[in-house]
Amino acid sequence: MTQAPSKEYGKKYWLDDMRNVNKIFRALIIVCALLFISDFFYEKHVVYEFEHWLGFFGLFGFSVSFALVLTARELRKILMRDEDFYDR
Amino acid sequence: MIVEFPPGLLMIIGAILVPFIKGNLRPIYMLALPLVGIWQLTGLEHGTFGTMSAFGFEQTHVRIDKLSLLFGYIFYLSASLGMLFAWKNTDRMEQTSTVVHVGAAIGAVFAGDLITLFFYWELTAVSSAVVIWSARTKRAYRAGLRYLIIHILSGLLLLAGTAMYSGETGSVTFNNIGLDSPGGLFILIAFGIKCAFPLLHNWLQDAYPEATVTGTVFLSAFATKLAVYALARGYAGTQELIWIGAIMTAFPIFYAVIENDLRRVLTYSLNNQLGFMVTGIGIGTTLAINGAVSHAFAHILYKGLLFMSMGAVLHRTGTVKGSELGGLYKTMPWTTGFCIVGAASISAFPLFSGFVTKSMILTAAAEEGHLVVFLVLLFASAGVFHHSGIKIPFFAFFAHDSGKRPREAPFNMLLAMGLTAFLCVGIGVYPQPLFALLPFPVDYAPYTTTHVVTTLQLLLFSGLAFATLQKTGLYPAELRSTVLDTDYSYRRLAPLAIGWIMKKGGEIINRLEKVVSLRMAKFFHLVFQLSGSESALTRSQQTGSMVMWVIIVLCGYLAFYLFG
Repeated sequence: MTQAPSKEYGKKYWLDDMRNVNKIFRALIIVCALLFISDFFYEKHVVYEFEHWLGFFGLFGFSVSFALVLTARELRKILMRDEDFYDR
Repeated sequence: MIVEFPPGLLMIIGAILVPFIKGNLRPIYMLALPLVGIWQLTGLEHGTFGTMSAFGFEQTHVRIDKLSLLFGYIFYLSASLGMLFAWKNTDRMEQTSTVVHVGAAIGAVFAGDLITLFFYWELTAVSSAVVIWSARTKRAYRAGLRYLIIHILSGLLLLAGTAMYSGETGSVTFNNIGLDSPGGLFILIAFGIKCAFPLLHNWLQDAYPEATVTGTVFLSAFATKLAVYALARGYAGTQELIWIGAIMTAFPIFYAVIENDLRRVLTYSLNNQLGFMVTGIGIGTTLAINGAVSHAFAHILYKGLLFMSMGAVLHRTGTVKGSELGGLYKTMPWTTGFCIVGAASISAFPLFSGFVTKSMILTAAAEEGHLVVFLVLLFASAGVFHHSGIKIPFFAFFAHDSGKRPREAPFNMLLAMGLTAFLCVGIGVYPQPLFALLPFPVDYAPYTTTHVVTTLQLLLFSGLAFATLQKTGLYPAELRSTVLDTDYSYRRLAPLAIGWIMKKGGEIINRLEKVVSLRMAKFFHLVFQLSGSESALTRSQQTGSMVMWVIIVLCGYLAFYLFG
């Protein structure tokens, strides 16, 4: 069942072009910016005071994700072993 | 009459026939079993049946109420979808053990007392170990053994706890147990092992990814959610669970970021999702319990869908390692699409199932004043989007092109994924039928502007962080590796410790032996000197010399007599 090569092998896809990937990245930035300013346009019904801060959820999501990945990257130094570690 | 027949036994007895049915009839039969099961559940009235007296206690084999029915329905539903996914599987051992496993989980959910629960509990352990062994690899064999030992232990703790509980209360009825009742702690740990509590969790990441393409899909649905059911029944409102759950949501996601085996990544996110449910159960308000059990319902579907999509990749390419994959969307577009639906559901995007159910738990945490827990859950929500929502589809289907051009998944797999994806979106768009099944009346509106906007902010900014990290090259690449978890303690440390003890013990025994043998040698030398064959006391004499000595003695005696 492995590797059944098909006709599409040499075909170029839209995402193969880095310019298109950059377009998606820019679109994501624009959507995030719009979501950020959308905080001005509705009444937030939340429990805690800090949830009212402008763009709190966005900034929280961005910073914890960033921190998560960088921490996990450091954890690798302690926790990572060869693939056959337990099989030797 | 079938309606009064224990729902789990229906599957377990039905499993006996599975190996004897030939050809195309077998998958049809296997799909028919859970469908008949669903039909049976629709005809059941709330109440109990199968009451009998054994071991001096009143036992209730079947208890039907809203909570048990909800889990009964989702277990049967998930089994049907799994059977469809595994339609072309012909491994009798796996098929039979799978059907038994489904039956055992359903039997446990409907068990009205702790002794009946214990029997089904152990049966889920044994049957799932056989499902794991069906992969027939050395790794699966060993992982299955470890799995079995840990789960049998969970069952024994349940039995010990039940003995203490029944000794004090005089009853084995399975209702709210709590930590104040005798044996409560034992039973909680038994449930906690199966629910993959922090530090008791590693059997999950160890064993599930070693099962077959189809085996993992089944395994992901039952055992852990049976534990969630048991916690909801026995420990609702137990405060300790709030923190246990919060820790469970947070710490597996660090592992999920660096793990290379994508099915193992999914087990880490499974663990993280269980954390949300456990937190909800700990909070214990009607909203939180509704959130926890509905999240279990939604979770079984989207997690099954994600395991199906990774199973399809494994089936077609022979690997699910992030380091070996990439660019598969080109030839597996349908699988890619279904995987993204599963990813959006687990990430709780609006219009997908996880959004409706998880937000109940988060709202309950905030409203009950659990500030830190609320923030941990928010962090975990961003994190789950990161590693399950983005990482899984990104590294399998996009990322760098691996050059692999596998064919699209077989039709039966696509059909199973399609139906599951439909249900994920269905619950997200129209959650009312699910709400109607929940144990408490639902007074909750998931689609408020605040919920939708704040959720989108949290998720998309988290996505932006991922994109930024990828762009700047800071995101850790997928590497062929093993990541150490608590299984290191019993797979490496314990054998090392035992080896060390044996070696050191051997040395001490050797030294003792030397000292003792030296002393013994001296002692025996003395004894030998005194009583050995050459010693003065016992050396053998010739008869002549003896006669001479007798003559000398007699002469002495004569001399004494004559002159004395």
